[in-house]
Amino acid sequence: MPLFDYSLLLTGQYHDMLVAGLLLSLQLLAASLLLALPIALVVALLRLSPVAPLRWLGFAYVESIRNIPLLAHMLFWYFGAPELLPEGIKQWLYAGHIEAYSAIIALALYTAAFMAEDIRSGIRAIPAVQFEAGRALGFGFMDTMRRVVLPQALRVTVPPLISQTLSLWKNTSIATVIGVAELMYQAGQVESATFRSFESFAFASAAYLTVSLAITGLATWYHHRFPVRTI
Amino acid sequence: MLEIINDYWVYFLIGQYPNGPLGGLVLTLLLASCGLVLALPLGIVLGLARVSPWRWLRWPVTGFVFVVRGLPLLMVIFWAYFFLPSVTGVKTDQFTTMLIALVIFDAAYLAEIVRAGIQGLPRGQMETARALGLGYGRAMRLVVLPQALRSMLPSLVNQFVSTIKETSLGYIIGLAEVSFIATQINTQVFTKPAQIYLILGGTYFILCFGLSRFAYWLERRLARRGMSVADPATAPKVSA
Repeated sequence: MPLFDYSLLLTGQYHDMLVAGLLLSLQLLAASLLLALPIALVVALLRLSPVAPLRWLGFAYVESIRNIPLLAHMLFWYFGAPELLPEGIKQWLYAGHIEAYSAIIALALYTAAFMAEDIRSGIRAIPAVQFEAGRALGFGFMDTMRRVVLPQALRVTVPPLISQTLSLWKNTSIATVIGVAELMYQAGQVESATFRSFESFAFASAAYLTVSLAITGLATWYHHRFPVRTI
Repeated sequence: MLEIINDYWVYFLIGQYPNGPLGGLVLTLLLASCGLVLALPLGIVLGLARVSPWRWLRWPVTGFVFVVRGLPLLMVIFWAYFFLPSVTGVKTDQFTTMLIALVIFDAAYLAEIVRAGIQGLPRGQMETARALGLGYGRAMRLVVLPQALRSMLPSLVNQFVSTIKETSLGYIIGLAEVSFIATQINTQVFTKPAQIYLILGGTYFILCFGLSRFAYWLERRLARRGMSVADPATAPKVSA
């Protein structure tokens, strides 16, 4: 046996398994990100709300999610939460890809808590005078938001959101714990079927690194294209 | 829920100890503490290498930090679990494997905290120390690093919170930390998964929320004291 068997990774059953895992990981990333962004926006607005109970609600969401490991979230959404549902829905769920849905829910709720904090500090970083100046120039509320406040807020918010996306990408690997057949899971399967641990883990590591570096590259590009302006 | 706590709290806290291996919440805390204590010196060394003026030192360390930060912790654990024994020929147990993975992973993140702490200091600190005739090493050790480490303190507490959360991944290699024990209890009770995982989540929450509040308090306290040093206008008057 060669020291490093490339052929294992280039063609055949094991290659297909690993690629399928990578694709599922990317799908998890996309689905959780799409779900997390609107939740994060709502939670951020709750945390900035002038109504105290709404602020507390936002605070409770962020803190209760952030201070529990993602693994515990996954276990809860996979083993615990479905048991609380009515019988009919439960059976429908167990017939489908319940592990993938649980993973997406856990990932989205978890990531949203971190993103909410980034969005909140992004909006708060814009001085109130910007808004007042916009109004004084005769813009309406919506125009001021759209033309003055949000473009500035977005500039400071996007970089931390990109780095949260990077964390989300790495966190998709934890879905392996509840049996989602993503990249980490498939690497483990290939390892136990072939005993070629080096090849399968090298593939998985390279795949994780490539996507991570692509996300970091996106952040760098954004930083150059839209540099933060200091006031 | 109370019934479960009543029946299993000892198992939840310390596993099968003293009739078997130590486990549960105590093992989680032990692993997180050992991990952070061992990762800190390594993180400081890597952080210093990241800001060092020597390219041959800076580049490989930068590469290492980028690779580790681009990989999921689970990947690092897998490498440590399957690959280390086959290279070194020594079969390590789950605790040691997890500890090695945590130290490598955390050191890379701590290196970035150290780097940010050093680069966050005014340049004048290093220049003044050099102008006073201190060499690079001594200026770093006596002037820059003590200040940088002080401003890092809240980040360190937060890193400890992260490490506690990270230990939960020991679950996947069968380490009997608190998440694993909760799953064991779940297979024994069988009918109450939601309650058991809520107890697990609640336990982590109490621990981590308490610690992160402490970090927040520390940060504000340091900010107040830090301000009086940086800003001559608000500095306490020194009587002659």
